[in-house]
Amino acid sequence: MQHVIIGNGPAGVVAADTLRKADPQASIILLGDEPEPPYGRMAIPYLLEGNIDEAGTHLRRDADHFTRHDIELRQGRVTSVDTEASELTLDGGDSLGFDHLLIATGSRPNRPPIPGIDDPRVQTCWTLADARAIAQLADKDAEVVLLGAGFIGCIVLEALAARGVKLTVVEMADRMVARMLDANAGSMLGTWCEQHGVSVRTGVSVTGVDGSGERLDVSLDDGSSLPAQLLILAAGVRPNIDFLDGSGIETDNGILVDECLHTSKPGIFAAGDVAQGRDFSTGHRMVHAIQPVAADQGRCAAMNMAVHPTAYPGGLAMNVLSTLGLVSCSFGAWDGVDGGDSTQLLDRERFRYLNLQFAADRLVGATGIGLTEHVGALRGLIQSRQRLGPWKARLQRDPTRIMEALVGCSVQL
Amino acid sequence: MQRSLVLDPKKCTGCMQCEMACSLENEGYVVPARSRIRVFAFHDEGRYAPFTCTQCSEAWCLHACPVEAITIDASTGAKVVHDTVCVGCKVCTIACPFGTINYASNSGKVIKCDLCGGEPACAHACPTGAITYQDADQTGLDRMRRWAGESLSSATAQ
Ligand SMILES: Cc1cc2nc3c(=O)[nH]c(=O)nc-3n(C[C@H](O)[C@H](O)[C@H](O)COP(=O)(O)OP(=O)(O)OC[C@H]3O[C@@H](n4cnc5c(N)ncnc54)[C@H](O)[C@@H]3O)c2cc1C
Repeated sequence: MQHVIIGNGPAGVVAADTLRKADPQASIILLGDEPEPPYGRMAIPYLLEGNIDEAGTHLRRDADHFTRHDIELRQGRVTSVDTEASELTLDGGDSLGFDHLLIATGSRPNRPPIPGIDDPRVQTCWTLADARAIAQLADKDAEVVLLGAGFIGCIVLEALAARGVKLTVVEMADRMVARMLDANAGSMLGTWCEQHGVSVRTGVSVTGVDGSGERLDVSLDDGSSLPAQLLILAAGVRPNIDFLDGSGIETDNGILVDECLHTSKPGIFAAGDVAQGRDFSTGHRMVHAIQPVAADQGRCAAMNMAVHPTAYPGGLAMNVLSTLGLVSCSFGAWDGVDGGDSTQLLDRERFRYLNLQFAADRLVGATGIGLTEHVGALRGLIQSRQRLGPWKARLQRDPTRIMEALVGCSVQL
Repeated sequence: MQRSLVLDPKKCTGCMQCEMACSLENEGYVVPARSRIRVFAFHDEGRYAPFTCTQCSEAWCLHACPVEAITIDASTGAKVVHDTVCVGCKVCTIACPFGTINYASNSGKVIKCDLCGGEPACAHACPTGAITYQDADQTGLDRMRRWAGESLSSATAQ
């Protein structure tokens, strides 16, 4: 059996390791188009902060890991997939046949169509190559503008602040991380940033970049402008699916997959940022561009490739973010469901917040600020669809008792 | 056969010796808030329940880690965090459905039970036998593990 995996990020690497265990005799080829050994993008902020070196971002620490497990790592960009012939083409023109194929090509950052954006001092923060370019320009006291205060923007924000730059964040939406945090949490995060010396301008967009001077001149739609040695773009991502044009593999926002991560074509699977699979909370097919879902889907797809039928219960939205030391998190249907109810604890002064969303006596979503103890219990309660019984009323009185609720519901007292 | 921590809430009196022993063993001083095993009080039921990592075979924490900072100790089966590798991203803390891997802001790393390398200090300190370390299938954590296996992700490739 010849398994080919396109993409060597977390989804591809977890899939390769799982395949090796589940199908010891198979041939496994892992393709990637970046020059470095397989690495985790998530570790980039810590590289920028100087806490780790590049090797510290590698997904497998042992340089011989892949050879030892007889996984063939190959560098190359896949340019097309022929699903009839079960063959793919690489950028040099070589072709490669497969019995089972996993597409784990991840996503890439958007570059909004803003005049002047092609200046080399305008950078995305997505790859190790990006990180090196940013490290060159983001010296202590450099003026840096960050476009976008979404999840990735906020992660980068912390790393930039740690480098001691003078930072201004420009966000189109009315609050920070609008797609991960509710209005209370988003506004608390904004206040926190301002109190910690980061200027956050919400409700404004960048309209142009003038690179003719020594510094960039970043103009905004409120008529003002900001000088900058560096402009970082964090304006969302989109799946790497262009090379599938004409392949017949069905796509929407990402590659459409069923509950076994199988695409519309036999023997071809997709996982990670590129896949649009079942969302745990809504049952609809959604792209979840997050690490834990990439890892879970990589494992599940590999089991199915090794012909051990395994259903994926659906990706649960879950995020944890540290912003200048303030930890926030959200899970599942954090903005609530129709006919549901909620309870919350809110202490703006002390930056403490926990909002729980229920559907009848089940927890379906949560948002937290300043919460670091036992946060995983929120995933456990949501994803097990645990009936809370008497615990619902107890959580309504004190939402912080999530861990007691989990233990109380699952252990014989 | 590998041994497991056996937790029996019925024998727990809430004395907190386990939390003190755990933090002393792992942090070098007695600070129950940093203990990897925690005792939860259930006043309505008049019970206490010690609880910690089940060393589950799904190992959600390990798979979610972007830098391979969590590995399996071959002799004990424990999922162990390597401080020198952990970058403090906290993704494991949301991925673990048991809530038993926590971020410690003092160190900027995550902490979890590692079975003390095979000599768990909590079991040694427990005066009532509520926490024991045994060759047993019927551990108090078994139910929890089953609960996870049945109700959570079926992506349990190991
Ligand atoms: C700065 C930063 C911080 C982040 N922080 C978090 C966080 O805190 N929490 C979280 O959950 N997520 C975070 N993420 C997102 C997380 O990194 C992604 O969800 C994860 O990397 C997805 O894994 P993947 O394997 O699907 O894709 P990727 O990691 O993107 O890997 C895909 C690989 O495929 C390669 N590829 C693409 N097209 C081709 C082709 N045609 N041929 C060959 N190879 C190809 C790509 O070059 C890449 O190497 C962060 C991302 C960034 C950039």
